[in-house]
Amino acid sequence: MHLSDLWFIAIATLWAGYFLLEGFDFGVGILLPVLARDDNERRVLINTIGPVWDGNEVWLLTAGGAMFAAFPGWYAAMFSAFYLPLLLVLVALILRGVAFEYRGKRDDPRWRRRWDAAIFGGSLVPAILWGVAFGNVLRGIKLNAAHNYAGNFFDLLNPYALVGGLATLTLFTLHGAVFLALKTDGDLRARANALVTPVGLAAIVAGGGFLAWTEAAYRTTGHPGTAATSIALAALAALGLAGAVAANRGGREGLAFTGNAVAIVAATGALFTALYPRVLPSTISAAYTLTTANASSTAKTLMVMTVVAAIFLPLVLLYQAWTYWVFRNRVSVSR
Amino acid sequence: MSVLELSRWQFGITTVYHFLFVPLTIGLSFLVAGFETAWLRSGNERWLRLTKFYGKLFLINFAMGVVTGIVQEFQFGMNWSAYSRFVGDIFGAPLAIEALLAFFLESTFIGLWIFGWDRLPPKLHNACMWIAATGTLLSAYFILAANSWMQHPVGYHYNPVTHREELTSFLAVLTNPEQLATFPHTVAGCFLTAGALVAGVAVWHLIRHPAGEAVTAFRSAAKAGAVTTLVAAVALMISGDLLGKVMTTYQPMKMAAAEALYHTSQPASFSLFTIGTLNGSKPVFEISVPHILSFLATGTFNGKVQGIDNLQSSYSQVYGPGSYTPVIPVTYWSFRLMIGIGLLAALIALVLLWSLRRGRTPRSRWLLGGAIVVPLLPLAANSLGWIFTEMGRQPWLVFGQLKTSAGVSANSAGEVLASLIVLTLLYGGLAVVEAGLLLRAIKAGLPAEPGPADTDKPLELVY
Repeated sequence: MHLSDLWFIAIATLWAGYFLLEGFDFGVGILLPVLARDDNERRVLINTIGPVWDGNEVWLLTAGGAMFAAFPGWYAAMFSAFYLPLLLVLVALILRGVAFEYRGKRDDPRWRRRWDAAIFGGSLVPAILWGVAFGNVLRGIKLNAAHNYAGNFFDLLNPYALVGGLATLTLFTLHGAVFLALKTDGDLRARANALVTPVGLAAIVAGGGFLAWTEAAYRTTGHPGTAATSIALAALAALGLAGAVAANRGGREGLAFTGNAVAIVAATGALFTALYPRVLPSTISAAYTLTTANASSTAKTLMVMTVVAAIFLPLVLLYQAWTYWVFRNRVSVSR
Repeated sequence: MSVLELSRWQFGITTVYHFLFVPLTIGLSFLVAGFETAWLRSGNERWLRLTKFYGKLFLINFAMGVVTGIVQEFQFGMNWSAYSRFVGDIFGAPLAIEALLAFFLESTFIGLWIFGWDRLPPKLHNACMWIAATGTLLSAYFILAANSWMQHPVGYHYNPVTHREELTSFLAVLTNPEQLATFPHTVAGCFLTAGALVAGVAVWHLIRHPAGEAVTAFRSAAKAGAVTTLVAAVALMISGDLLGKVMTTYQPMKMAAAEALYHTSQPASFSLFTIGTLNGSKPVFEISVPHILSFLATGTFNGKVQGIDNLQSSYSQVYGPGSYTPVIPVTYWSFRLMIGIGLLAALIALVLLWSLRRGRTPRSRWLLGGAIVVPLLPLAANSLGWIFTEMGRQPWLVFGQLKTSAGVSANSAGEVLASLIVLTLLYGGLAVVEAGLLLRAIKAGLPAEPGPADTDKPLELVY
């Protein structure tokens, strides 16, 4: 295995970690106006992710940084091609991050309502756009010979990518619901649990549909090994989703969260496996497609990165896990 | 405007804006951690109250640093994709490592610090802020190594087959002579910024509420802040001197541009003030100090300093025809204003410290003015320093390797104009909100004497 293959897996892992963790942050933000009935309840919802949302978002920065370092050609082509969608993601993440920190700094209902709107919008927009973005990565974009994007913004809004957006939206919303069922108490917990079945069914339709469409139309061809793996991962994702809904109906909140976590990681894995060894296909000509071979850094750089990641990634996982342990209790209105 | 100009404006605006928050994050994290340690060591409540008070200012500021930092990482790919392809093999690794080593540390442990007051043992709680503070320094190291590489590329070779720069020594990138001067200089600037804020806010409270119950606490803070500012100012001078010599060696054009020195001179005078034509080529009126530029640039009073005209003609021979001269009025003024404003901040800090000697209480309106102005000066000096060092590198994006005009993405001007407008408006609006919150928190003063301030609220709800 080449180091560039290892880094393809590493980047898939970082994105999976990002979707797994910030997925429920987005879900909590999206469910804020749905589940909470007063300011105290909104505070409870926000405080379930309060200590961890920023650390979760660093998975995105690390994924982006790792793409830049390991596959400069991929990073450069993808980030410049998705210029306007990424601008929207940036604006959303900026407003949302500031909103978490600032909403409680003034005791003024209007002030808080505005920041609550920012949390909702700032969670909704990226939850949709990440799916749209990855749909376009799988489908391919109009990359020219110089690996520059020759299409426009509206080319990115094709039906397949939009289904991808629905898939991430429903998956992350479900993730927020199963997370809140685990982290809140009383009425809020009951309301979160009640949402799991309908949102879960929507996620099974949208997520399952997106994965099936991917396997049928956009999976890499001529690699039987990756085909089998990708299909297996997609099946595991579907199983995780169904399991999450079933576990929730059986009152097993921990299992429901685990099931959906497996679904998100497996779905991300299925997409990246379906992509491999391409990293950004060109719809103009297969010759212009970016692959792990032609978009990667030198073996020297990849080796430096491998050593650094081998030492520090386990450390990061350890202390992030410790944070979740410290804040493991349910958050409630009256404690 | 062209895509290139729009992209440069966007990078300039977003980066200068981002760096309004970063120095406070770095400097204040250490000061807040120090206050908390002082509380644990002495058991004196006033240090706890100072920790919470300045901790609140720290967090208001930290949020802005975090969210504007995401833009920084994305726009290399979004706006400078040709650059990203050309240098990604070298430049990407420090960015990725910064995220892995530093951003995780900062975000996780600041989260623990904010929410951990009732959850963690006091010493561990304090350790969280020290760890986060260490994270901010690591972050500074890696991102400055990346920037230093653009100023003075090392540890790489150009691969004509792949048409890009490729890494030969990561250690060389991390121990770049440019970096070894830039890192201490930038970090000292961060402590100047944080010290001035702590001192300015404390003295403002002392003058406004001379008989308040928080007087002893704010006296301690004012002294700690003023001393930090003064020590940082000394460190800035030493590291700045070092950086000047490194710059003279590797980027002589930048040194010449800093001084608007057109003709190679031996000895060279330091120009304090010039009124010249707009393109800077002909001084109309000038005050200068003989021999000082020679000393700053070379370490000897009679050293030879190369002039812009000579460098322009020698660069044309090496790199081909074209202009290799930065915008002289910008480099000339940003360089001396950076120094002058930084020194003024240190001077005010000294006066504030003097006004507190042997139990005295500062009173005069002048001191009040000084206390209000002093936190703002380092912000201006930091911005000018970056404007100088980035504008002084032009027309290069990577010195001697890639011109700025060759690094830009193939975006449409409309797209970049849209993002420039959106980000500028958003940043402007957030600046108003942030300043309002900071002023509110400053005016509110220290939290009440014993225990956590909000015992009437549910314990776990911090936000």
